Amino acid sequence: MKLHLNLVKKFKPIIFFILLMPSIYWFIKFFTGQMGINPIDAIIRELGEFSLQLMILTLFVTPLTQIQMLRNIKILRRMIGLFAFYYICLHLTSYIILDHFFNWNFILKDIYKRPFITLGFLAFLLTIPLAVTSNLYLVRKLSYKIWKKIHRLIYIIAPLASLHYYLLTKADKKEPLIYIIIILILLILRPIIYFSKNESFPK
Amino acid sequence: MKKILSSEITEKKIYFNRRQFMIGSFSSAIASLSKDSFAFHDSEKAVQDLNLKNKEVINKYEHIITYNNYYEFGSGKSDPFNNSSKFKPKPWEVKIEGLVNKPGTMNLEDLIKNITIEDRIYRLRCVEGWSMVIPWQGFSLSKLIDTVQPFSNANYVQFETVLRPEEMPGQKRNILPWPYLEGLRMDEAMHPLTILSTGLYGHDLLNQNGAPLRLVVPWKYGFKSIKSIVAIRFVGDEPETTWSKVNPREYGFYSNVNPNVDHPRWSQATERRLGEFKRRSTEMFNGYEEEVKSMYKNMDLIKYY
Repeated sequence: MKLHLNLVKKFKPIIFFILLMPSIYWFIKFFTGQMGINPIDAIIRELGEFSLQLMILTLFVTPLTQIQMLRNIKILRRMIGLFAFYYICLHLTSYIILDHFFNWNFILKDIYKRPFITLGFLAFLLTIPLAVTSNLYLVRKLSYKIWKKIHRLIYIIAPLASLHYYLLTKADKKEPLIYIIIILILLILRPIIYFSKNESFPK
Repeated sequence: MKKILSSEITEKKIYFNRRQFMIGSFSSAIASLSKDSFAFHDSEKAVQDLNLKNKEVINKYEHIITYNNYYEFGSGKSDPFNNSSKFKPKPWEVKIEGLVNKPGTMNLEDLIKNITIEDRIYRLRCVEGWSMVIPWQGFSLSKLIDTVQPFSNANYVQFETVLRPEEMPGQKRNILPWPYLEGLRMDEAMHPLTILSTGLYGHDLLNQNGAPLRLVVPWKYGFKSIKSIVAIRFVGDEPETTWSKVNPREYGFYSNVNPNVDHPRWSQATERRLGEFKRRSTEMFNGYEEEVKSMYKNMDLIKYY
């Protein structure tokens, strides 16, 4: 039994909607005053954490496609990745507008001086080439080899993002640690998959 | 005789104004009235106090009781509100120990019987960069210290929070080393702004706010204002305090609010007053500079952060 490609395609718009929903939900809550007592802090955290979760989800796709039945979910990866970028942009915009209201002086100093913001900002910068090259036109133009190299940046971005979360936590670092561990496991899985494949299909 | 609440007979704004509540001025800090007369509770909206400067507003009761850092009940802001119902603040005893003429165990109810409860509206600035304005009820710590008569070599006071993992779920995990400890230099402990609080907004302290007895030191970051105190210890040397034990580079013994000395991981120059959109500039000593600066005049506040 296998998840048929057409079925995955059929589900794609639904998944699109599901991934879009949180942003709409949080912004409605935010503007109707239901985001708690410190709503700016809350919405920045929600957006940031969901970005991290989506990045982890994209990293899950490759190992899952090793299972024959799930091979076709590969076509969802780009959409999930672009949603991760969408949430990262909202996270950053909220920090710039809601938290510091375009106080560029302060923001630039923050990026320069605060390790957790430096890492977060670096992670954001590294996602830009991924987002930009996420269309078929550029995939063809760049050749798959170069495109693939660019998209391996996620192996740097995801650890940076989880470290960004770890460093902003005052005590109780259980949650950020869980993210770091999941990401490390997913990264370690890659060479394992690669070598096991090469063994079973020697050139 | 049925008691008439002063909030029933006085319009709220006038009531607040009449009391000459202080937020910056120390001279009016001594405004005192009995606890019962301040049975005031406005859960509907924030109350504007005409005596507060920079359009400052007293935070809503819901803000103060639902957004808390009290890791004994969990590290999330709403954990103390959600997880503190099992905690029993009555009866309560406080141990007085160390370099003191009258050590012993005090029953809180007996202690409060003989002391005048005052109203104090203070800013509270959290080290994380948010702040509130809270109408506390309590009494100057100096009154208690005077009655127990510390020795002349008691240079510091250490405070200890209760240890009850069965009632405080956060204490079942190693978020921080338990029990929570805090400390003050003797002159800071004796300062008239330093209070032991028993209530806020005219109600007894709720569990999430540090019931039944907590410290409030308004010119220091919030974590210095230790909650649910079971021991007050008079000591000669600078005592151990929880956050500086966990991370000495980030949390010093003094931890005075200071916009010019950043936390290593974030700026302390601004703060978000809960309920406001734009950040405010953080004031030196949280706006109590006039009252407290003389205690630190020969100190390097960058070194002793």
